[in-house]
Amino acid sequence: MQNQTAHPAKIAARNVQVYYGDTHAIKDVNVDIEANTVTAFIGPSGCGKSTFLRCINRMNDTIDVCRVEGDIRIDGEDIYDRKVDPVQLRAKVGMVFQKPNPFPKSIYDNVAYGPRIHGLARNKAELDDIVEKALRRGAIWNEVKDRLHAPGTGLSGGQQQRLCIARAVATEPEVLLMDEPCSALDPIATAQVEELIDELRQSYSVVIVTHSMQQAARVSQKTAFFHLGNLVEFGETDKIFTAPEDPRTESYITGRIG
Amino acid sequence: MTDLTSSGASLLVQDAHTKKRNCAEARFKAYGLAAIAFGLLMLVILLTSIISRGTGAFQQTYVTLEVPLLEAKLDKKGNRNLADIKKVSTFGYAPLMKAAFEEKVAAAGIETSLKSKQMAALLSKDAAATLRNFVLRDIEVIGTTVKFEFLTNSRVDGYLKGRVTRASIANDKNINAAQLDLVDALIADGSLRKRFNLDFIIGADASDQRPEAAGMGVAMIGSFFMMLVVLALALPIGVAASIYLEEFAPKNWITDIIEVNISNLAAVPSIVFGILGLAVFINYMHLPNSAPLVGGLVLTLMTLPTIIISTRASLKSVPPSIRDAALGVGASKMQSVFHHVLPLAAPGILTGTIIGLAQALGETAPLLLIGMVGFIASNPPDGITSGLMDPNSAMPAQIYEWAKRADPAFYERAWGGIIILLVFLITMNAIAVLLRRRFERRW
Repeated sequence: MQNQTAHPAKIAARNVQVYYGDTHAIKDVNVDIEANTVTAFIGPSGCGKSTFLRCINRMNDTIDVCRVEGDIRIDGEDIYDRKVDPVQLRAKVGMVFQKPNPFPKSIYDNVAYGPRIHGLARNKAELDDIVEKALRRGAIWNEVKDRLHAPGTGLSGGQQQRLCIARAVATEPEVLLMDEPCSALDPIATAQVEELIDELRQSYSVVIVTHSMQQAARVSQKTAFFHLGNLVEFGETDKIFTAPEDPRTESYITGRIG
Repeated sequence: MTDLTSSGASLLVQDAHTKKRNCAEARFKAYGLAAIAFGLLMLVILLTSIISRGTGAFQQTYVTLEVPLLEAKLDKKGNRNLADIKKVSTFGYAPLMKAAFEEKVAAAGIETSLKSKQMAALLSKDAAATLRNFVLRDIEVIGTTVKFEFLTNSRVDGYLKGRVTRASIANDKNINAAQLDLVDALIADGSLRKRFNLDFIIGADASDQRPEAAGMGVAMIGSFFMMLVVLALALPIGVAASIYLEEFAPKNWITDIIEVNISNLAAVPSIVFGILGLAVFINYMHLPNSAPLVGGLVLTLMTLPTIIISTRASLKSVPPSIRDAALGVGASKMQSVFHHVLPLAAPGILTGTIIGLAQALGETAPLLLIGMVGFIASNPPDGITSGLMDPNSAMPAQIYEWAKRADPAFYERAWGGIIILLVFLITMNAIAVLLRRRFERRW
C-alpha cells in the first residue's frame, strides 16, 4: 500500500530466465505480484513454478548449477543486485516448505530462532511476546500454549506446518512464499492452513505454489498458470478459472493436460 | 474354479520354477549362516586363546619374608641422613634378603641342603630394588623388622603356572630340583603363593632379566598422551575440513580431487605415515625421538581421513529440509550449519572420532619407525610437557617389544598386554555404539 504511488507491484519480475546447467527451466517470465494479495502459481509438475518461487528469496543460490537472469524487484529494489545480501533478503521474504520441517528443537525455540538471529528482541519478555504473537498468527497458539517446550517434531503434520508458518512470520517478513504447503497434509489440516493463508493476506503478500486447482480457486485472488517453463496466463483467479484466454490454460483446468 | 482349471495348475503343488527359486533362496540363507558361524567360531577361538594365555600375566607369585632392616647395614653412621642411605646400593640389601630367607626356611622347619645364596636366587632380581625403594620412601623404618611380599623370579612363577616343570629344568641353569623342592615346601607353608598383580597394569617395563616385574602402566601413559594429541588435533581439523568440504566448497574438479585423495589417504598403509613422521617431524623439524608428541602427530595424520569421512557422512545424513528451514528464516550459511546441522551430526561425528581413536590406539607400525618401541623402565612422567616430550612407549609397541624377547615369561605378558589393549578398544567401541543408539535420528 505504501508503495502504490511509485511501484504498484510489491514484486515485479521482468524477463526472468532460470537455467539448471544446460536446461532452460524458466523462460522469459514477467509477473507483478501485489501487496496484501494471495497469488497462486499453478501448473503441471516440472513446469517451473517452484523454481520461480525460489527465485524470489534467492533460495536457488544454494544450488550450484542454477543460474538466474533477468530482473526481480521487491519494492523497486533489484534483489539480484551485487549489493544485496541474500540472508537479509530472506528475512524480508519468508518461506514455508512443502514438507513441514520444524527444527528438532522445542516449539518455542522453533519460533524464537529467527527473531534471535536477527536480534529482534532485546530481552526474554519481548521474545516471549514475539513468539506468542507469531504462534497466534499461525493459528496454533491455543493448541501448543501449554507445551511450548515440547519438541516441535512431536506435533501432528498439520500442526507442524502451522508451526512452520508461525516460524516464518516471526521474523516480520513482508512477503510469504509457500511451496505446496498442504501437499503433505490431510483435508482437515489443509482446511485449517487455507483459512490461515486467507488471514495472513491482511499483513503480507502471499505467494503460494499448489498442485490443487481447487485450492488455488479457494485461497487466491490472482493466479498464474505455468507450463513448460513459460508463464502462460496471469490474472484474476475468477477469470482464469471461468474464462481462460489461453487454450493451454483451459486444457489444464479442465483436466485435459497435466 | 474355472481359472484354476484353465491354467491347469493347483496352488497346492509347487511348480518346477517356484521350487528352483525356493531352493536358491534356501541355499543362499545357508551360505549366509555358514559365513556367520565361521566368523563367530574364529572370534571364539581368538578370544579363548588370548584369554587362556594372557590371564596368567595378571597373576604373579610372591613370597612373604620378614626382613630385619639392620641399621648396621643400611645406615652405618646412624644419623638417618637420606643422602648417605641412598649410597647403599641394591647389593647392600642382598645380604638382608639372604638372611631373611634363611630365617624363613628355618622358622617353617623346612629341611634343605641349599645355601642362603641359592635360596635368595628364588627371588626376583627386582626384589632388592623393591626393598630399597621402600626404605628410601620412609627412612624411619630402619632398625625395625618389616613383613614384605617379594616377587619370585620368573622360573618359580612359571612353576606355579605350569609353564616350568621338573622335566623342563634339566638344562636350565637358573633353577634346580632342590630349589623346586623348597618352593613346594614354602607353598605348603603358605608363605609362597600366586596373587593378583596390580603392577602388571600400572607398572613400568623391566629389563630382560626380570620379566616378572614388567608392567604396562608407563606404555599406557604414552598411549594416553598420544591419544590426547590425536584428539586435540584430528577432531578440530577433521571436523572443520569436513564442514568446509560438505557445506561451503564449490563442487568442481579441485574439490573432486581433494575428495578422492582423502578417500585414498584412508587406505594408505600406516607404515607410510610412520616414515613420513620420521622424515618430517624428527629429521626436519627436530622434534624429540620416541616422544608421544611425535607419535600423536603421526597418528593424527592417520586418523584424519577416518574422521573426515565419517563426519562428512553424518553431515550428509542431516536432511536438506533442515538447512532450507534455517536459510528460509534468514539464517546465514554458517548459522544454519552451526546452529542446526552440526548439532544433529554431532553423534555421528563423535562415533567416527572414537572409532578413529580406537584405530590409532592399536596402531603399531608407524611407532616402530619413530622409535616408540624403546625399553622404557622410567617412572611415570610428571606433568603434561614431560608426558608429551619424554621418550615413551605405547601399548601396542610394548606388546610387540615383549613378544620379541627371549624369556617365555615375556610371551605371557605380551598376551596379557593384548587383553589390556582389547579392553580399551572394546570400551571405546562400546561408547561409540551407545552414543549412536542414544542420539540417532531425532527428527
